[in-house]
Amino acid sequence: MEIITQPWPWYVAGPAIAFVLFLLFYFGKSFGVSTNLETFCTIGGAGKISDHFKTDWKARTWSLVFVLGIVIGGFISSQYLMPSQAIDLNPQTVQDLAALGFANAGSEYLPVEIFSTENLLSLKGIGILVVSGLFIGFGTRYASGCTSGHAITGLSSLQTPSLVATIGFFAGGLLMTWFVFPIIF
Amino acid sequence: MKYIKFLIVGILFGIILSKSEVVSWYRIYEMFKFQSFHMYGVIGSAVGIGVILMQLFKRGIIKDFQGNPIKVKDKKKGFIRTFVGGSIFGLGWALVGACPGPIFVLIGHGAVSILIVLLAAVLGAFIYGLLAKKLPS
Repeated sequence: MEIITQPWPWYVAGPAIAFVLFLLFYFGKSFGVSTNLETFCTIGGAGKISDHFKTDWKARTWSLVFVLGIVIGGFISSQYLMPSQAIDLNPQTVQDLAALGFANAGSEYLPVEIFSTENLLSLKGIGILVVSGLFIGFGTRYASGCTSGHAITGLSSLQTPSLVATIGFFAGGLLMTWFVFPIIF
Repeated sequence: MKYIKFLIVGILFGIILSKSEVVSWYRIYEMFKFQSFHMYGVIGSAVGIGVILMQLFKRGIIKDFQGNPIKVKDKKKGFIRTFVGGSIFGLGWALVGACPGPIFVLIGHGAVSILIVLLAAVLGAFIYGLLAKKLPS
């Protein structure tokens, strides 16, 4: 049981993710999550507004089922497989976060400073969630892929666009973490 | 029933991302601060094994479950779309500590706030679709 309840180290998680990639290709599909965001638009009737969304979403049912599985996997984990919510962070990270106003970093899975339900009632709190969602949705579709499609599948198949996209992911992420965080937090 | 295998693979993926703490905002922050090897190890080892898998697919050594050759689709080319699009995504990824896969995992965890992120992400994808033809590639 120890192995199930303890957090998994990188050398378990990385190969396990590669196994997920293998299974999806073995079943004749591909590995990527962000296309589903466009599929939701199509299902919601976006095809009436833009031809971009006039696609046969039924051909992507497998991916919607995959995403439903991800939600269920998250539920099973949080209910039964994660007795501790604490994250064993680098002490320097905890200190850096304290300086930004994040108390008790790592004591829970997600910081209350961003994810507490009270935050939904403040302009800044909801603004952070909405802006990051917009960036994620717009950015992944413009780049035609996210971490799974580009950083894992694309890099594995040695594709230059994916290398450029992954460099972009880090450029944006570093800019946010190092320069924007000290302004907004 | 033909879809049940994808449900199972999804469940597996959700459990892996939860148990490896990849869906924790803190792990993403720590990664961008270069204060932990964890995330680099996860992505790096997945890619390392992925490279071998892709070669086995391309050379026809591993075929799909029906015995057909596995083709890996080419990604859309274009420096601006991949770099600028990627950077915009990176800003959001670092801010909320979740990329699209983890967004769905966290919904499973019962994180209510992440529903707002998902709705906004769908809206972001919609805005992209409206502008797709006008944006430089």
